Amino acid sequence: MKRSLRPLAATAVIFIIAYAASVLQFPSMLSTRVLGNFLTDNAFLGIAAVGMTFVIISGGIDLSVGAVIGFTGVLVAVLISWLGVHPLLAFVIVLGVAALFGAAMGAAIHYLKVPSFIVTLAGMFLARGGASVITQDSVPINHEFYSAISDLMIRLPGGGRLSFIGLLMVAIFLLGALLAHRTRFGSYVYALGGNPVSALLMGVPVARTTVQIYMLSSVLAALSGIVFSLYTSAGYPLAAVGVELDAISAVVIGGTLLTGGYGFVLGTFVGVMLLGLVQTYIIFDGTLSSWWTKIVIGVLLFLFIVLQRIIFAASAPGEEKPEKA
Amino acid sequence: MADSDYVLEARGVMKIFGNHVALDNVDFGLKAGEVHALLGENGAGKSTLIKILTGAYQPDGGGIYVDGTQVSLDNPLHAQTFGIGTVYQEVNLLPNRSVAENLFLGHQPLRFGFVNFRKMEADARVILKNYDLNIDPSSELGTHSVAVQQIVAIARAVQLSGKVLILDEPTASLDRNEVERLFEVVRGLKAKGLAIIFITHFLDQVFAISDRVTVLRNGKLIETRALDALTRTDVVRLMLGKDIAFSGATDVEPGEAPNEVLVEFKGYGRKRSVLPFDLTIHKGEVVGVAGLLGSGRTEVARIMFGADPADQGTVSVNGKPSAIRKTTDAIKHGFGFCPEDRKAEGILGDLSVRENIIIALQGKLGWFKALNRDEQMEIAGRFGESMDIRAASLDMPVKLLSGGNQQKVILSRWLATDPAFLILDEPTRGIDVGAHAEIVRTINRLRDEGMAMLVISSELDEVVAYSSRIVVMRDREMVAELRGKNINPGVIVQAIANNPDEAVA
Repeated sequence: MKRSLRPLAATAVIFIIAYAASVLQFPSMLSTRVLGNFLTDNAFLGIAAVGMTFVIISGGIDLSVGAVIGFTGVLVAVLISWLGVHPLLAFVIVLGVAALFGAAMGAAIHYLKVPSFIVTLAGMFLARGGASVITQDSVPINHEFYSAISDLMIRLPGGGRLSFIGLLMVAIFLLGALLAHRTRFGSYVYALGGNPVSALLMGVPVARTTVQIYMLSSVLAALSGIVFSLYTSAGYPLAAVGVELDAISAVVIGGTLLTGGYGFVLGTFVGVMLLGLVQTYIIFDGTLSSWWTKIVIGVLLFLFIVLQRIIFAASAPGEEKPEKA
Repeated sequence: MADSDYVLEARGVMKIFGNHVALDNVDFGLKAGEVHALLGENGAGKSTLIKILTGAYQPDGGGIYVDGTQVSLDNPLHAQTFGIGTVYQEVNLLPNRSVAENLFLGHQPLRFGFVNFRKMEADARVILKNYDLNIDPSSELGTHSVAVQQIVAIARAVQLSGKVLILDEPTASLDRNEVERLFEVVRGLKAKGLAIIFITHFLDQVFAISDRVTVLRNGKLIETRALDALTRTDVVRLMLGKDIAFSGATDVEPGEAPNEVLVEFKGYGRKRSVLPFDLTIHKGEVVGVAGLLGSGRTEVARIMFGADPADQGTVSVNGKPSAIRKTTDAIKHGFGFCPEDRKAEGILGDLSVRENIIIALQGKLGWFKALNRDEQMEIAGRFGESMDIRAASLDMPVKLLSGGNQQKVILSRWLATDPAFLILDEPTRGIDVGAHAEIVRTINRLRDEGMAMLVISSELDEVVAYSSRIVVMRDREMVAELRGKNINPGVIVQAIANNPDEAVA
C-alpha cells in the first residue's frame, strides 16, 4: 500500500471498529435514522472541511472558516428577513462576497508573502466582527423556500431520512474528490504542498493557484454557512465558533498531512464521520458530558499526528543529504 | 565563427551587481551534440552565467543567441520555450507525487477536462524506457533514489525543451555507480544531438564525459578549449590561476620535533559526505587543507566539529577516546570553528560586536553563570584591541562592519573561549588585503603560542605560508599529506589533479 494511503486506512479501520463497538453497546445505533442524521448533523462541518482539505494539502491553513460561516448566516438572514431578498438571490450574493473575501486572502498570502496562518487569522476577526456589527442577535428566517428545502428528503426504510443538506454534503465531497485527484488544478494544489520552489520551477501558476485555493475554501465555508442557516432557520453572529478547528481535526484525522502535499478528500469524509460518531455515542450514553467529545477528538488528533509522523519518517527513502559544501 | 555553429551562444555578456562585476565580457558558445563543461572556483561567475542562459538573470550587456538569432529570456519558463532546460543540484521535482505526474505536471493529457491518467502513465512508461528506467510511473517519486529522481528531472527537461540541457552539479549527491548511470543517460542524449552544459566540481567527471571546457575566473573568460588537448594539471592551473613555476617554498621550518598529540582522528568519516580519513593533530601546529571547492574540505571541518556527526571511526582528544556527536561536545573539548559562510553561519548580524564576541564563551559557561556587562566589555575590549577590530563602538551591530572586521570578531569569539583546537574554514575569503595579512599574522602568532589549528583555504600561497603540514582533498577523500619541502603550490596542484607522472616546471 502506498504510504500516503496508510493513515486513511487507519482512520477507516478505527471508524469501523468504533462503530461496531458502539452498536454492541447500543444496538439502536445501527439504524438508517442514525446514519441519516450523521449526514444531516455534520453537513455544514463536512462542506467546510472539503475546502480546508485543499488548503491543508497546499501547505496552508484557513482559520477564517468558522467566522465566514457565521458571517454568511447573518448576511443571508438579514437579506431574506429584513430586506426581503429571495433566498436564491441571497445565496448568490453571499457566495460572491465569500469568493472575493477568499481571493483577497489568497492574494495577500501570495503577494505579500505573509503566512496563511496570519492572513486568515485577520480574516477570521474581520468576518466575525463584520457579522456582529450587522446584528448582535439571532435573526430568524421564516421563508417558505426554507421550509420547502427542509422538507426535501429521501425517506429510507427503518425511519431514516436523507435530508437535502446531507446529500448536498455528499455531492460536495464527490466534486471535491474529482477536483483534487482528476484535474490539473488538483495536481497544482499537491505541488504547492510538496515543494513550492519546485512547483514554481516546474511552471505551476503559483499565484493563480493560491488565490483559487483560498477562494474555494471561503466559498465552501459560505455554502456551509447557508447550510447552517437551513439547519437552524436563523442567522447568528456567534454561530460556528471554532468550527475551523473541527474542520482541521477532521482533515488531519482523515489522513491529510498537516504539512501539506499528501491527503485525500474522501479521507476527510471519514474524518467528519468519525467526529460525528463520537458525538452520537455521547448523546446515546446520556450520562457523559458533551465536553468528552472534545477530549476524544484531542486524543484522536494526537494519535493521528504521531501515526503520520511514524509512517512518513520510517519510509523516507535514503538518508539525509550531506550539507552543501 | 558562423552563427549556425552554435545552438546557444552568449556574446560579450556583462553582469554587474552593485559595483561588483560578476561577469566581464564573457563569450560562450555551445554546439549541438557536445558536452561542454563549465569550470571555475566559487565566485568565478559560473552560476551567474548559467542564470543568464536560463533567463533567471538579465544580462547588463551583450546578448544571448539561440541558433544565431538574438533572444531575450525573461525567466526559466520562457527559456524552456526556446528549448533550454535545466536540471539543478537539488532535485527540483515533487517527491510527494507520482513519477508520471512529475514528468507531465502542467502538461498532463486531458480528456473532457480531466487528467487522463491512463494515457499519462502510458506516455511516461515510453519516456522512462528511453532512459532504461524500469520503474512504475504511478509510484511516488520520493520513494526512489536521488539518482533516479535526477534522471526523471533530466527526462522532464528534455521532454519540455529538447535542445539545450543545462546540468548544474547534478552529481553532487550521488555515489559513484549512480554517477556512471547518469553519465550513460547524458551520453545517450549527446548522441541524439542535444547540446549539454555540465557544471561540476569533480575533475574526474569533467574528463569522463566532456568534449570541451570553458574556464571562468573572477568573472572573466579564461579559456574555451577541446578537452583532449588538456591535462588535469592544466585545468587546475587555469581554474586557480597560479603560475606554479615561480611559487616559492614554505617559510615554516620543517622538521621540528612534533609536540604532543592533541587530537587524533581514525577512520573518521560520514556516509555520502567524506570518506574515512586518519589525521593526527599536534599542539602548536597548523594543518592546512587544500582542494577544489566541493572536494569535501568543508565537510571535514563540519564533521570534526560535530556540526554533522561522523558515522564511522573514532576520535581521541589528549589521548582519551571521545565522542563528538554535536557541536557542544566539540566545544567542551576546547574546539572552535569559524565557518566558511560568515554571513549565514558565523555572525549574528543584529547583535553588537560585544555580544558576538562573548557568545561562545557564555555558551561554554552555561545558563547560570551569566557574564555581567562589565566583564563582557572587558573581554570584548581586550580582543577588540589585540585583534585590531575597527568598529566605532563595541555596541554597534556587527553587520555594519566590513568583512575583514567581521572575521576578526568571529576569531575573537572563539579565542575568548581559550580553545585548544581551532578550525578555520576560508578565514580570508572576501576580505581586504590589510585584514587578510592581519589574519595570517594572527594564525602564525596563535601557532607559536601552542594552539593547534586546521585551516581550509583556496588560496594556495596562503596555505603554504602558515601550514606545518598540508592535507589535500579530492572527491571527498583525503588523498595526500604533504610536509616539509613538499609544501609548495606546485606539488599541491599536482596532488589536487592527481597526476603524479606530470613534471612541474
